[in-house]
Amino acid sequence: MPSPTPGFILEARNVRKAYAQHIALDDVSLAVPEQSIFGLLGPNGAGKTSLIRIITQITAADSGEIRFRGDRLNPSHISQIGYLPEERGLYKKMKVGEQLLYLAQLRGLSRPDAVQRIKQWLERFELKGWADKEVENLSKGMQQKVQFIATVLHEPRLIILDEPFSGFDPINANLLKDEILRLRQEGATIIFSTHRMESVEEMCDSIALINRAHKVLDGTVRDIRNQFKTNTYEVEGVGRLLVAHPDFEVIEQKERESNHFYARIQLHAGTTPNDLLRFLIGQVQVQAFREQIPSINEIFIRRVRETMPETLQEEVA
Amino acid sequence: MASKFLLVAQREYLTRVRKRAFIILTVLVPLLVVGFGLFVGKIAQSDETTEIVDVRDESGLNIARRLVSTPQLQFLPVGGTLAEAKRSFQQQQHAGLLYLPVGLSENDPQGVQFFGKGNISLGKESRVSTALTNAFAELKMQKSGLTQVQLDQLRAKVPLNSVSVDETGKEKDSNSGVTTGIASVLAVLIYFFIFLYGVQIMRGVGEEKSSRIMEVMLSSVKPFDLMMGKIVGVAAVGLTQFLLWGVLSWGASSIVLPLVMGPDKPAKTEVAAAPASGGSSVGTSSTTASPIAGAAAASAEQMNPAKRAGVVGSLFDMIGKLNIPIGTIVFGFIVYFLGGYLLYGALFGAVGAAVDDQTDTQQFMFPITMPLILSYIVGFSVILRNPDGPVAFWMSMIPFTSPVAMVIRLPFGVPAWQLALSMFLLVLGFIGTVWVAARIYRVGILMYGKKVTYKELSKWMFYKG
Repeated sequence: MPSPTPGFILEARNVRKAYAQHIALDDVSLAVPEQSIFGLLGPNGAGKTSLIRIITQITAADSGEIRFRGDRLNPSHISQIGYLPEERGLYKKMKVGEQLLYLAQLRGLSRPDAVQRIKQWLERFELKGWADKEVENLSKGMQQKVQFIATVLHEPRLIILDEPFSGFDPINANLLKDEILRLRQEGATIIFSTHRMESVEEMCDSIALINRAHKVLDGTVRDIRNQFKTNTYEVEGVGRLLVAHPDFEVIEQKERESNHFYARIQLHAGTTPNDLLRFLIGQVQVQAFREQIPSINEIFIRRVRETMPETLQEEVA
Repeated sequence: MASKFLLVAQREYLTRVRKRAFIILTVLVPLLVVGFGLFVGKIAQSDETTEIVDVRDESGLNIARRLVSTPQLQFLPVGGTLAEAKRSFQQQQHAGLLYLPVGLSENDPQGVQFFGKGNISLGKESRVSTALTNAFAELKMQKSGLTQVQLDQLRAKVPLNSVSVDETGKEKDSNSGVTTGIASVLAVLIYFFIFLYGVQIMRGVGEEKSSRIMEVMLSSVKPFDLMMGKIVGVAAVGLTQFLLWGVLSWGASSIVLPLVMGPDKPAKTEVAAAPASGGSSVGTSSTTASPIAGAAAASAEQMNPAKRAGVVGSLFDMIGKLNIPIGTIVFGFIVYFLGGYLLYGALFGAVGAAVDDQTDTQQFMFPITMPLILSYIVGFSVILRNPDGPVAFWMSMIPFTSPVAMVIRLPFGVPAWQLALSMFLLVLGFIGTVWVAARIYRVGILMYGKKVTYKELSKWMFYKG
């Protein structure tokens, strides 16, 4: 019996799920730290939604186990999880207030509590006057706000958002981001699931990359970047750059107008950026100097290329 | 979780009951019933008016006096020439003129003529013909030496008293008309209830599917609770609607009809107000109706209120007196009503879950509705005529047909072991279909953009959680 790891709200261990035609998840293990924003990333069809449906208990894993705050996942956890699926919908003929009340009660919230919170949330999302309107009379943006409210009304400890920003206009997307950060501040853990990795990169504390039913990578965003960084620096400046030095290697160099240049220089082991700077200062006028940090998207592509090169083209297309 | 199931059922109920369509339909149908009642009443009225046929009898055989008048047809001997008689029956708006010429032979009556306004209906012609034939028969019998007293005795009707004998040899009064009536009403109720509200379940599931709210729901509620909540919620809607229809129809007709029909039919109010007295005997046309029968009679249109009230009153009486097992019928009706509805409701729900598009439901609807339609048709054509035959037996055992078939048999009396076996099988069938439906439902509600085949459906049965 494995003991619960402290500090993780959710742990998946060796989860496997197969459908009639294909394997959706193959031996996937991951751990989501408490009070963090966790990105579940991967291309379409990688198995993200299958994993989420297991966590939300819509389906069950064939083997492996899920632990929620140390306990084996069971129906009593439903009230502690909020889920905004990619396929979101509402009862079109139902009034906004009644609908939220219904969904909150299904999540175990008492009626008076629900009524109170619905009022607060509608005010916060500027939907105050809409409680008695039927959902079909709302604009799409408003409906998405209502859906988000329905997801978080019961104050879940774990909030799972599947492609949360798809279909949101920039203003509402920012509103949503602010709310998500606030919810984490108040103690909730958020799992983002998306195939658009760049959209959540800046918000995530940790991530897991899934491809073709397998987890290919996980960890904190900082660790992963450090792990994948190549000690490459971008330099821009004025002058003629001539590098013939055993500690550095120029990967790319571009001459620009009026004696300007751009270069990417990789440091060899044991060399610090300061060594490079010192060398450069003696040669040219440095205008910009920064470490080249790989994006999660680049890391993903690189990682997939390493593990299964032959499938890369179609995967990341 | 029971509370979630109740929440789902409650939502299904409230959203439907508050719909404008529900309210309109609930109010409209009783009005239609009343309107239809009025219409039928008027027709019955026009049909039941007494028609007068003038008789010009020149035969010297005194036939005119022997023609027996009925409530529909009254014979009126007239004088004058044929031409005068022809003119006068038209002037007086009488229905026709029967002309018996001079020298009519009683043994070979030729040359009798019937003049009518416009075309003469077959019914009128046959009534006149019957009256004539009887008159001639009587005439001949009298000539052969029978006295008037003997003739009266000959004319006496023989009352047929039907007695039903059950397995134990107990004899009871029987009235196949009433029994058939009850059986038909119960079967129609079950049939329409299953159809009307089964389709609502299917639509409801389809709406949830197309609005894409399923996944949100499923992360809170088990598919089984979701399905059963919907089935039970819709059933409650149906029961509410039926109840309201009954109450409103009764209320509307007891208010509207006396107002409409009352003034020109004073007899009616008299009947409705007639004091309650005990049981009236079958077929009497007295006013010995109970108040409820009086009200029912008031609601039930008719030209001939006294008679109608008597019939309705006696109907209530008869049900009490006959061997119609009311306790068993009520109990059985509830069991088959609910059992049949749940069985079919689950299947309708599964169909709704299996398809994306409402138009695709047809291919799955057919095998589901076929046994129901079959039991309805066979029920009325075969079982009603032979409620104890082999067809009746087998159809009342198979869970898909028993809700209609057994309910038809109930008023005729069904052996206890058959009833018990049939109910047991119904419960088994119900559990079985709900199990199957729940599996199809569970997989189907999250399946989009796929044209589902039967082969596919059978695979869904065995998908793991």
